[in-house]
Amino acid sequence: MNGAVRLAQRWAVFVVVLIAWQLVTTAADSVFFPTPIKIALDLQDKLFSPLLTKHILPGMGRMLFGWAVAGVIGVALGLLLGRSRVAVAYLGPVFTFLRSIPPPLMVPFFAASIGITRMQLPVIIFGSLWPVLLNSVDGARAVDATKVDTARVFRLSGPQWALRVLLPSALPKVFAGLRLSLSLALILMVVAELRGSEYGIGNQLQYARSDFDPLAMWSWIVLLGLLGYLLNSLLLLLERRALAWQPRHSLEARALATGG
Amino acid sequence: MRMLEVSDLGHTYQGKDGAHTAIDGLGFSVEAGELVCVVGPSGCGKSTLLRTIAGLVRPTSGRVMLHGTPVDGVPSDLAVVFQDYSRSLFPWMSVTRNVEFPLRKLSRRKRAARAAEALSAVGLGKAGRKYPWQLSGGMQQRVAIARALAYRPALLLMDEPFASVDAQTRFELEDLLLRVRREQDTTILLVTHDIDESVYLGDRVLVLSKSPATVVADLDVPLGPVRDQIGTRASGEFVDLRARVAGMLQGNTPVGAR
Repeated sequence: MNGAVRLAQRWAVFVVVLIAWQLVTTAADSVFFPTPIKIALDLQDKLFSPLLTKHILPGMGRMLFGWAVAGVIGVALGLLLGRSRVAVAYLGPVFTFLRSIPPPLMVPFFAASIGITRMQLPVIIFGSLWPVLLNSVDGARAVDATKVDTARVFRLSGPQWALRVLLPSALPKVFAGLRLSLSLALILMVVAELRGSEYGIGNQLQYARSDFDPLAMWSWIVLLGLLGYLLNSLLLLLERRALAWQPRHSLEARALATGG
Repeated sequence: MRMLEVSDLGHTYQGKDGAHTAIDGLGFSVEAGELVCVVGPSGCGKSTLLRTIAGLVRPTSGRVMLHGTPVDGVPSDLAVVFQDYSRSLFPWMSVTRNVEFPLRKLSRRKRAARAAEALSAVGLGKAGRKYPWQLSGGMQQRVAIARALAYRPALLLMDEPFASVDAQTRFELEDLLLRVRREQDTTILLVTHDIDESVYLGDRVLVLSKSPATVVADLDVPLGPVRDQIGTRASGEFVDLRARVAGMLQGNTPVGAR
Protein backbone atom coordinates (compact mmCIF):
# COMPACT_ATOMS: atom_id res chain seq x y z
CA MET A 1 0.00 0.00 0.00
CA ASN A 2 2.83 2.34 0.92
CA GLY A 3 4.58 1.42 -2.29
CA ALA A 4 1.48 2.46 -4.24
CA VAL A 5 1.46 5.84 -2.48
CA ARG A 6 5.12 6.42 -3.33
CA LEU A 7 4.50 5.47 -6.93
CA ALA A 8 1.55 7.86 -7.10
CA GLN A 9 3.60 10.70 -5.59
CA ARG A 10 6.35 10.12 -8.09
CA TRP A 11 4.22 10.08 -11.20
CA ALA A 12 1.15 12.18 -10.37
CA VAL A 13 2.48 15.45 -11.79
CA PHE A 14 3.88 13.68 -14.83
CA VAL A 15 0.50 12.11 -15.66
CA VAL A 16 -1.35 15.40 -15.13
CA VAL A 17 1.07 17.21 -17.46
CA LEU A 18 0.64 14.47 -20.04
CA ILE A 19 -3.17 14.72 -19.91
CA ALA A 20 -3.05 18.52 -20.13
CA TRP A 21 -0.69 18.25 -23.10
CA GLN A 22 -3.10 15.86 -24.82
CA LEU A 23 -6.06 18.21 -24.23
CA VAL A 24 -4.23 21.38 -25.33
CA THR A 25 -2.77 19.84 -28.50
CA THR A 26 -6.13 18.30 -29.43
CA ALA A 27 -7.80 21.69 -29.03
CA ALA A 28 -5.03 23.56 -30.89
CA ASP A 29 -4.92 21.06 -33.75
CA SER A 30 -1.55 22.40 -35.01
CA VAL A 31 0.79 20.55 -37.41
CA PHE A 32 3.76 21.56 -35.27
CA PHE A 33 2.27 20.21 -32.06
CA PRO A 34 0.93 16.69 -32.55
CA THR A 35 -0.87 15.08 -29.61
CA PRO A 36 1.13 12.78 -27.27
CA ILE A 37 -0.96 9.84 -28.40
CA LYS A 38 0.01 10.43 -32.03
CA ILE A 39 3.64 10.76 -31.00
CA ALA A 40 3.48 7.55 -29.00
CA LEU A 41 1.96 5.65 -31.93
CA ASP A 42 4.53 7.06 -34.36
CA LEU A 43 7.33 6.17 -31.97
CA GLN A 44 5.97 2.67 -31.67
CA ASP A 45 6.00 2.34 -35.46
CA LYS A 46 9.60 3.52 -35.57
CA LEU A 47 10.70 1.14 -32.83
CA PHE A 48 9.21 -1.81 -34.69
CA SER A 49 10.69 -0.88 -38.03
CA PRO A 50 14.17 -1.34 -39.52
CA LEU A 51 14.96 2.09 -38.10
CA LEU A 52 15.66 0.33 -34.80
CA THR A 53 18.57 -1.70 -36.11
CA LYS A 54 19.69 0.84 -38.72
CA HIS A 55 19.71 3.99 -36.61
CA ILE A 56 18.62 3.76 -32.99
CA LEU A 57 20.71 0.82 -31.76
CA PRO A 58 23.93 1.60 -33.69
CA GLY A 59 23.78 5.24 -32.59
CA MET A 60 23.22 4.30 -28.95
CA GLY A 61 25.91 1.64 -29.20
CA ARG A 62 28.40 4.18 -30.47
CA MET A 63 27.45 6.57 -27.67
CA LEU A 64 27.79 3.92 -24.95
CA PHE A 65 31.10 2.73 -26.38
CA GLY A 66 32.45 6.28 -26.40
CA TRP A 67 31.23 6.85 -22.85
CA ALA A 68 32.82 3.59 -21.69
CA VAL A 69 36.15 4.50 -23.30
CA ALA A 70 36.01 7.93 -21.66
CA GLY A 71 35.10 6.24 -18.36
CA VAL A 72 38.01 3.80 -18.41
CA ILE A 73 40.53 6.46 -19.43
CA GLY A 74 39.06 9.01 -17.02
CA VAL A 75 39.01 6.73 -13.97
CA ALA A 76 42.45 5.21 -14.56
CA LEU A 77 44.13 8.53 -15.33
CA GLY A 78 42.16 10.38 -12.65
CA LEU A 79 43.10 7.97 -9.85
CA LEU A 80 46.73 8.01 -10.94
CA LEU A 81 46.96 11.79 -11.15
CA GLY A 82 44.92 12.34 -8.00
CA ARG A 83 47.49 10.54 -5.87
CA SER A 84 50.32 12.73 -7.12
CA ARG A 85 50.38 16.23 -5.75
CA VAL A 86 52.95 17.24 -8.36
CA ALA A 87 50.82 15.93 -11.24
CA VAL A 88 47.76 17.78 -9.97
CA ALA A 89 49.74 20.99 -9.55
CA TYR A 90 51.10 20.83 -13.10
CA LEU A 91 48.10 19.43 -14.94
CA GLY A 92 45.23 20.99 -12.99
CA PRO A 93 45.09 24.23 -15.03
CA VAL A 94 45.41 22.29 -18.31
CA PHE A 95 42.45 20.07 -17.45
CA THR A 96 40.37 22.95 -16.20
CA PHE A 97 41.05 24.76 -19.47
CA LEU A 98 40.20 21.75 -21.63
CA ARG A 99 37.09 21.12 -19.57
CA SER A 100 35.99 24.73 -20.07
CA ILE A 101 35.82 24.31 -23.84
CA PRO A 102 32.16 23.59 -24.66
CA PRO A 103 32.51 20.14 -26.26
CA PRO A 104 30.09 20.85 -29.17
CA LEU A 105 32.68 23.39 -30.36
CA MET A 106 34.93 20.45 -31.14
CA VAL A 107 32.42 19.09 -33.66
CA PRO A 108 33.50 21.32 -36.59
CA PHE A 109 37.16 20.65 -35.86
CA PHE A 110 36.79 16.89 -35.66
CA ALA A 111 34.51 17.00 -38.73
CA ALA A 112 37.21 18.79 -40.70
CA SER A 113 40.15 16.74 -39.43
CA ILE A 114 38.71 13.23 -39.14
CA GLY A 115 35.80 13.37 -41.55
CA ILE A 116 32.18 14.22 -41.04
CA THR A 117 30.96 10.63 -40.90
CA ARG A 118 33.69 9.42 -38.55
CA MET A 119 33.97 12.23 -36.03
CA GLN A 120 31.04 11.21 -33.76
CA LEU A 121 32.98 8.76 -31.58
CA PRO A 122 35.97 11.06 -30.95
CA VAL A 123 33.61 13.93 -30.13
CA ILE A 124 31.77 11.80 -27.58
CA ILE A 125 34.99 10.50 -26.01
CA PHE A 126 36.65 13.90 -25.84
CA GLY A 127 33.59 15.65 -24.47
CA SER A 128 32.58 13.11 -21.84
CA LEU A 129 36.11 12.47 -20.59
CA TRP A 130 36.50 15.57 -18.40
CA PRO A 131 33.75 15.14 -15.81
CA VAL A 132 34.78 11.58 -14.98
CA LEU A 133 38.47 12.46 -15.05
CA LEU A 134 38.16 15.50 -12.79
CA ASN A 135 35.83 13.74 -10.37
CA SER A 136 38.18 10.75 -10.19
CA VAL A 137 41.07 13.10 -9.40
CA ASP A 138 38.96 14.61 -6.62
CA GLY A 139 38.00 11.19 -5.29
CA ALA A 140 41.59 9.97 -5.28
CA ARG A 141 42.76 13.08 -3.44
CA ALA A 142 40.11 12.61 -0.77
CA VAL A 143 41.41 9.24 0.52
CA ASP A 144 42.03 9.97 4.18
CA ALA A 145 45.53 9.84 5.62
CA THR A 146 44.72 7.08 8.12
CA LYS A 147 43.72 4.73 5.29
CA VAL A 148 46.94 5.54 3.46
CA ASP A 149 48.93 4.80 6.64
CA THR A 150 46.97 1.61 7.25
CA ALA A 151 47.70 0.42 3.71
CA ARG A 152 51.39 1.17 4.17
CA VAL A 153 51.61 -0.50 7.59
CA PHE A 154 50.08 -3.72 6.28
CA ARG A 155 52.28 -3.46 3.21
CA LEU A 156 49.49 -3.85 0.70
CA SER A 157 50.60 -4.63 -2.84
CA GLY A 158 50.15 -2.06 -5.61
CA PRO A 159 47.06 -3.74 -7.10
CA GLN A 160 45.56 -4.25 -3.64
CA TRP A 161 46.03 -0.59 -2.86
CA ALA A 162 44.66 0.61 -6.18
CA LEU A 163 41.68 -1.73 -6.54
CA ARG A 164 40.67 -2.46 -2.96
CA VAL A 165 41.43 0.83 -1.20
CA LEU A 166 41.89 3.71 -3.63
CA LEU A 167 39.10 2.81 -6.06
CA PRO A 168 36.42 2.11 -3.41
CA SER A 169 37.39 5.31 -1.57
CA ALA A 170 36.98 7.32 -4.75
CA LEU A 171 33.94 5.43 -6.01
CA PRO A 172 31.21 7.85 -4.87
CA LYS A 173 32.96 10.66 -6.74
CA VAL A 174 33.70 8.41 -9.70
CA PHE A 175 30.01 7.63 -10.06
CA ALA A 176 29.09 11.30 -9.86
CA GLY A 177 31.52 11.87 -12.73
CA LEU A 178 30.18 8.92 -14.73
CA ARG A 179 26.63 10.24 -14.45
CA LEU A 180 27.65 13.70 -15.66
CA SER A 181 29.63 12.10 -18.48
CA LEU A 182 26.71 9.93 -19.51
CA SER A 183 24.32 12.83 -19.97
CA LEU A 184 27.05 14.73 -21.79
CA ALA A 185 27.72 11.74 -24.04
CA LEU A 186 24.04 11.62 -25.01
CA ILE A 187 24.02 15.33 -25.84
CA LEU A 188 27.21 15.03 -27.87
CA MET A 189 25.91 11.98 -29.68
CA VAL A 190 22.96 13.99 -31.02
CA VAL A 191 24.98 17.14 -31.73
CA ALA A 192 27.58 15.16 -33.65
CA GLU A 193 24.93 13.18 -35.52
CA LEU A 194 23.05 16.35 -36.48
CA ARG A 195 26.13 17.67 -38.24
CA GLY A 196 26.33 14.71 -40.51
CA SER A 197 26.34 11.06 -39.76
CA GLU A 198 25.37 8.01 -41.72
CA TYR A 199 23.14 6.80 -38.94
CA GLY A 200 21.74 7.66 -35.53
CA ILE A 201 18.85 9.49 -33.92
CA GLY A 202 20.42 12.86 -34.76
CA ASN A 203 20.66 11.82 -38.39
CA GLN A 204 16.97 10.89 -38.40
CA LEU A 205 16.01 14.13 -36.66
CA GLN A 206 17.81 16.11 -39.35
CA TYR A 207 16.13 13.95 -41.99
CA ALA A 208 12.70 14.64 -40.48
CA ARG A 209 13.42 18.35 -40.51
CA SER A 210 14.31 18.41 -44.20
CA ASP A 211 11.28 16.21 -44.85
CA PHE A 212 9.13 18.72 -42.96
CA ASP A 213 7.78 16.01 -40.68
CA PRO A 214 7.09 17.58 -37.23
CA LEU A 215 5.56 14.37 -35.92
CA ALA A 216 8.73 12.40 -36.63
CA MET A 217 10.83 15.15 -35.08
CA TRP A 218 8.72 14.95 -31.92
CA SER A 219 9.08 11.18 -31.85
CA TRP A 220 12.86 11.38 -31.99
CA ILE A 221 12.93 14.06 -29.31
CA VAL A 222 10.70 12.02 -27.01
CA LEU A 223 12.77 8.91 -27.67
CA LEU A 224 15.92 10.77 -26.68
CA GLY A 225 14.29 11.87 -23.46
CA LEU A 226 13.19 8.33 -22.69
CA LEU A 227 16.62 6.89 -23.44
CA GLY A 228 18.31 9.51 -21.28
CA TYR A 229 15.98 8.73 -18.40
CA LEU A 230 16.42 5.00 -18.83
CA LEU A 231 20.22 5.12 -18.97
CA ASN A 232 20.46 7.40 -15.95
CA SER A 233 18.16 5.08 -13.98
CA LEU A 234 20.24 2.05 -14.93
CA LEU A 235 23.43 3.81 -13.86
CA LEU A 236 21.83 4.83 -10.56
CA LEU A 237 20.85 1.22 -9.98
CA LEU A 238 24.42 0.12 -10.65
CA GLU A 239 25.72 2.84 -8.33
CA ARG A 240 23.42 1.72 -5.51
CA ARG A 241 24.70 -1.81 -5.86
CA ALA A 242 28.35 -0.78 -6.06
CA LEU A 243 28.04 1.56 -3.07
CA ALA A 244 25.78 -0.71 -1.04
CA TRP A 245 28.41 -0.70 1.72
CA GLN A 246 27.76 2.98 2.34
CA PRO A 247 25.55 3.54 5.38
CA ARG A 248 23.45 6.12 3.53
CA HIS A 249 22.56 3.78 0.70
CA SER A 250 21.75 0.93 3.00
CA LEU A 251 19.46 3.07 5.12
CA GLU A 252 17.69 4.04 1.95
CA ALA A 253 17.51 0.42 0.91
CA ARG A 254 16.13 -0.55 4.28
CA ALA A 255 13.61 2.26 4.14
CA LEU A 256 12.58 1.07 0.70
CA ALA A 257 12.34 -2.54 1.82
CA THR A 258 10.11 -1.69 4.76
CA GLY A 259 8.20 0.87 2.76
CA GLY A 260 9.18 3.64 5.18
CA MET B 1 65.41 -11.03 23.61
CA ARG B 2 65.50 -7.38 22.74
CA MET B 3 62.57 -6.65 20.42
CA LEU B 4 62.96 -2.94 19.86
CA GLU B 5 65.89 -0.65 20.32
CA VAL B 6 65.59 3.06 19.71
CA SER B 7 68.82 5.01 19.93
CA ASP B 8 69.46 8.73 19.76
CA LEU B 9 66.36 9.17 17.61
CA GLY B 10 65.54 12.63 16.31
CA HIS B 11 63.08 14.03 13.83
CA THR B 12 62.91 17.57 12.52
CA TYR B 13 60.14 18.70 10.18
CA GLN B 14 60.90 21.36 7.63
CA GLY B 15 57.86 23.62 7.68
CA LYS B 16 57.01 26.93 6.04
CA ASP B 17 57.88 28.87 9.18
CA GLY B 18 61.20 27.16 9.84
CA ALA B 19 62.18 23.78 11.23
CA HIS B 20 60.28 22.05 14.01
CA THR B 21 62.04 19.41 16.08
CA ALA B 22 59.43 16.91 17.25
CA ILE B 23 61.73 14.42 18.96
CA ASP B 24 65.37 14.74 19.90
CA GLY B 25 67.96 12.27 21.13
CA LEU B 26 65.34 9.74 22.16
CA GLY B 27 66.50 6.34 23.35
CA PHE B 28 64.91 3.29 24.96
CA SER B 29 64.41 -0.41 24.37
CA VAL B 30 61.60 -2.94 24.64
CA GLU B 31 62.13 -6.62 25.48
CA ALA B 32 60.12 -9.35 23.77
CA GLY B 33 56.77 -9.90 25.47
CA GLU B 34 56.73 -6.54 27.23
CA LEU B 35 53.93 -4.02 27.14
CA VAL B 36 55.51 -0.57 27.31
CA CYS B 37 53.44 2.58 27.52
CA VAL B 38 54.74 5.90 26.27
CA VAL B 39 53.09 8.83 27.97
CA GLY B 40 53.71 12.48 27.27
CA PRO B 41 51.97 15.84 27.07
CA SER B 42 49.78 16.57 24.05
CA GLY B 43 51.74 17.56 20.98
CA CYS B 44 55.06 16.40 22.40
CA GLY B 45 55.95 14.22 19.43
CA LYS B 46 54.49 10.89 20.56
CA SER B 47 52.90 10.29 17.19
CA THR B 48 56.11 11.18 15.37
CA LEU B 49 57.96 8.67 17.54
CA LEU B 50 55.42 5.97 16.72
CA ARG B 51 55.41 6.76 13.01
CA THR B 52 59.21 6.64 12.97
CA ILE B 53 59.27 3.22 14.64
CA ALA B 54 56.63 2.00 12.16
CA GLY B 55 58.85 3.11 9.29
CA LEU B 56 56.20 5.54 8.01
CA VAL B 57 58.54 8.46 8.67
CA ARG B 58 62.30 8.44 8.20
CA PRO B 59 64.12 9.84 11.23
CA THR B 60 66.50 12.72 10.63
CA SER B 61 68.94 11.27 13.15
CA GLY B 62 69.48 8.12 15.17
CA ARG B 63 68.03 4.73 14.36
CA VAL B 64 65.42 2.12 15.19
CA MET B 65 66.27 -1.57 15.41
CA LEU B 66 63.51 -4.20 15.33
CA HIS B 67 64.77 -7.60 16.59
CA GLY B 68 68.26 -6.61 15.53
CA THR B 69 67.38 -5.34 12.04
CA PRO B 70 67.51 -1.61 11.28
CA VAL B 71 64.08 -0.23 10.34
CA ASP B 72 64.12 1.22 6.83
CA GLY B 73 60.59 1.41 5.50
CA VAL B 74 57.68 -0.43 7.11
CA PRO B 75 58.85 -3.78 8.58
CA SER B 76 56.91 -6.85 7.46
CA ASP B 77 56.18 -8.06 10.97
CA LEU B 78 54.81 -4.89 12.53
CA ALA B 79 51.21 -3.79 12.96
CA VAL B 80 49.65 -0.55 14.10
CA VAL B 81 46.32 0.16 15.77
CA PHE B 82 45.40 3.78 15.07
CA GLN B 83 43.30 6.04 17.27
CA ASP B 84 40.80 6.74 14.52
CA TYR B 85 39.27 3.30 14.03
CA SER B 86 36.50 4.57 11.76
CA ARG B 87 39.05 5.85 9.27
CA SER B 88 41.47 3.00 9.67
CA LEU B 89 38.93 0.27 8.88
CA PHE B 90 37.74 -0.12 5.30
CA PRO B 91 34.00 0.59 5.30
CA TRP B 92 33.42 -1.28 2.02
CA MET B 93 34.60 -4.56 3.52
CA SER B 94 32.84 -6.73 6.06
CA VAL B 95 34.48 -7.16 9.45
CA THR B 96 35.97 -10.51 8.42
CA ARG B 97 37.28 -9.12 5.13
CA ASN B 98 38.88 -6.23 7.02
CA VAL B 99 40.75 -8.67 9.25
CA GLU B 100 41.70 -11.03 6.41
CA PHE B 101 42.73 -8.36 3.95
CA PRO B 102 46.33 -7.80 5.13
CA LEU B 103 47.02 -11.57 5.23
CA ARG B 104 47.39 -11.80 1.48
CA LYS B 105 50.38 -14.12 1.57
CA LEU B 106 48.42 -16.90 3.28
CA SER B 107 46.08 -19.39 1.64
CA ARG B 108 42.39 -18.60 1.69
CA ARG B 109 41.70 -21.23 4.33
CA LYS B 110 44.47 -20.01 6.62
CA ARG B 111 43.30 -16.44 6.26
CA ALA B 112 39.78 -17.39 7.28
CA ALA B 113 41.05 -19.39 10.25
CA ARG B 114 43.27 -16.57 11.49
CA ALA B 115 40.51 -14.00 11.13
CA ALA B 116 38.01 -16.16 12.98
CA GLU B 117 40.52 -16.78 15.77
CA ALA B 118 41.42 -13.10 16.12
CA LEU B 119 37.80 -11.99 16.07
CA SER B 120 36.79 -14.45 18.75
CA ALA B 121 39.79 -13.34 20.84
CA VAL B 122 38.35 -9.81 20.90
CA GLY B 123 34.82 -11.09 21.53
CA LEU B 124 33.48 -10.48 18.04
CA GLY B 125 33.15 -14.09 16.91
CA LYS B 126 29.67 -13.50 15.55
CA ALA B 127 30.09 -10.06 13.95
CA GLY B 128 32.20 -11.17 10.98
CA ARG B 129 29.58 -10.56 8.31
CA LYS B 130 28.66 -7.09 9.52
CA TYR B 131 30.10 -3.90 8.13
CA PRO B 132 32.19 -1.72 10.48
CA TRP B 133 29.65 1.10 10.54
CA GLN B 134 27.03 -1.29 11.88
CA LEU B 135 29.13 -1.64 15.06
CA SER B 136 29.64 0.72 17.97
CA GLY B 137 32.91 2.66 18.26
CA GLY B 138 34.32 0.29 20.84
CA MET B 139 33.49 -2.72 18.71
CA GLN B 140 35.08 -1.08 15.67
CA GLN B 141 38.28 -0.61 17.62
CA ARG B 142 38.08 -4.30 18.59
CA VAL B 143 37.99 -5.10 14.87
CA ALA B 144 41.10 -2.97 14.35
CA ILE B 145 42.81 -4.82 17.23
CA ALA B 146 41.74 -8.17 15.75
CA ARG B 147 43.16 -7.15 12.38
CA ALA B 148 46.49 -6.33 14.02
CA LEU B 149 46.52 -9.58 16.05
CA ALA B 150 45.67 -11.75 13.03
CA TYR B 151 48.72 -10.26 11.33
CA ARG B 152 50.82 -11.81 14.17
CA PRO B 153 53.26 -8.93 14.40
CA ALA B 154 56.56 -9.18 16.26
CA LEU B 155 55.74 -5.71 17.55
CA LEU B 156 52.30 -4.15 17.90
CA LEU B 157 52.19 -0.36 17.97
CA MET B 158 49.12 1.37 19.36
CA ASP B 159 48.58 5.08 18.85
CA GLU B 160 46.18 6.38 21.50
CA PRO B 161 43.97 3.38 20.77
CA PHE B 162 41.32 4.10 23.38
CA ALA B 163 41.20 7.89 23.20
CA SER B 164 38.08 8.00 21.01
CA VAL B 165 35.77 5.74 23.02
CA ASP B 166 33.72 6.45 26.15
CA ALA B 167 35.12 5.72 29.61
CA GLN B 168 33.21 2.48 30.19
CA THR B 169 34.28 1.09 26.81
CA ARG B 170 37.84 2.21 27.47
CA PHE B 171 37.96 0.10 30.64
CA GLU B 172 36.62 -2.90 28.73
CA LEU B 173 39.13 -2.47 25.93
CA GLU B 174 42.03 -2.00 28.36
CA ASP B 175 41.17 -5.28 30.06
CA LEU B 176 40.71 -6.93 26.69
CA LEU B 177 44.19 -5.82 25.69
CA LEU B 178 45.73 -7.15 28.93
CA ARG B 179 43.98 -10.50 28.47
CA VAL B 180 44.93 -10.85 24.80
CA ARG B 181 48.58 -10.06 25.38
CA ARG B 182 48.72 -12.60 28.22
CA GLU B 183 47.21 -15.23 25.90
CA GLN B 184 49.23 -14.39 22.81
CA ASP B 185 52.43 -13.06 24.35
CA THR B 186 52.51 -10.05 22.04
CA THR B 187 55.10 -7.30 22.39
CA ILE B 188 53.28 -3.98 22.54
CA LEU B 189 54.30 -0.35 22.49
CA LEU B 190 51.33 1.84 23.35
CA VAL B 191 51.30 5.61 23.10
CA THR B 192 48.85 7.55 25.25
CA HIS B 193 48.38 10.91 26.92
CA ASP B 194 46.35 9.30 29.72
CA ILE B 195 48.55 8.85 32.81
CA ASP B 196 46.21 6.36 34.51
CA GLU B 197 45.99 4.28 31.39
CA SER B 198 49.76 4.14 30.99
CA VAL B 199 50.24 2.89 34.57
CA TYR B 200 47.27 0.50 34.43
CA LEU B 201 48.39 -1.17 31.18
CA GLY B 202 52.18 -1.00 31.20
CA ASP B 203 54.92 -3.27 32.44
CA ARG B 204 56.95 -0.12 32.04
CA VAL B 205 56.05 3.50 31.50
CA LEU B 206 58.24 5.82 29.46
CA VAL B 207 57.60 9.46 30.34
CA LEU B 208 58.37 11.94 27.59
CA SER B 209 59.13 15.63 27.96
CA LYS B 210 57.46 18.48 26.15
CA SER B 211 58.44 18.95 22.50
CA PRO B 212 61.11 18.20 21.41
CA ALA B 213 60.45 14.91 23.17
CA THR B 214 63.15 13.13 25.13
CA VAL B 215 62.76 10.30 27.64
CA VAL B 216 62.41 11.86 31.09
CA ALA B 217 61.92 8.61 32.99
CA ASP B 218 61.67 4.87 32.42
CA LEU B 219 59.54 3.45 35.24
CA ASP B 220 58.88 -0.19 36.11
CA VAL B 221 55.27 -0.91 37.01
CA PRO B 222 55.31 -3.63 39.68
CA LEU B 223 51.59 -4.40 39.53
CA GLY B 224 51.88 -7.95 38.21
CA PRO B 225 50.39 -9.45 35.06
CA VAL B 226 46.76 -9.61 36.24
CA ARG B 227 45.10 -6.29 37.00
CA ASP B 228 41.57 -5.14 37.55
CA GLN B 229 39.97 -1.80 37.06
CA ILE B 230 38.80 -1.29 40.63
CA GLY B 231 41.36 -3.04 42.85
CA THR B 232 44.45 -2.08 40.89
CA ARG B 233 43.48 1.53 40.51
CA ALA B 234 42.83 1.76 44.26
CA SER B 235 46.13 0.14 45.26
CA GLY B 236 48.81 2.23 46.91
CA GLU B 237 51.40 1.34 44.28
CA PHE B 238 49.15 2.49 41.47
CA VAL B 239 48.28 5.77 43.17
CA ASP B 240 51.92 6.35 43.99
CA LEU B 241 53.11 5.68 40.44
CA ARG B 242 50.47 7.80 38.77
CA ALA B 243 51.40 10.69 41.08
CA ARG B 244 55.06 10.34 40.12
CA VAL B 245 54.23 10.25 36.40
CA ALA B 246 51.91 13.24 36.77
CA GLY B 247 54.61 15.14 38.61
CA MET B 248 57.16 14.42 35.92
CA LEU B 249 54.80 15.50 33.18
CA GLN B 250 54.44 18.80 34.96
CA GLY B 251 58.19 18.99 35.20
CA ASN B 252 58.64 19.39 38.98
CA THR B 253 60.21 16.06 39.82
CA PRO B 254 63.92 15.29 39.46
CA VAL B 255 64.67 13.78 36.08
CA GLY B 256 65.48 10.09 35.91
CA ALA B 257 63.88 9.01 39.18
CA ARG B 258 63.51 5.29 39.01
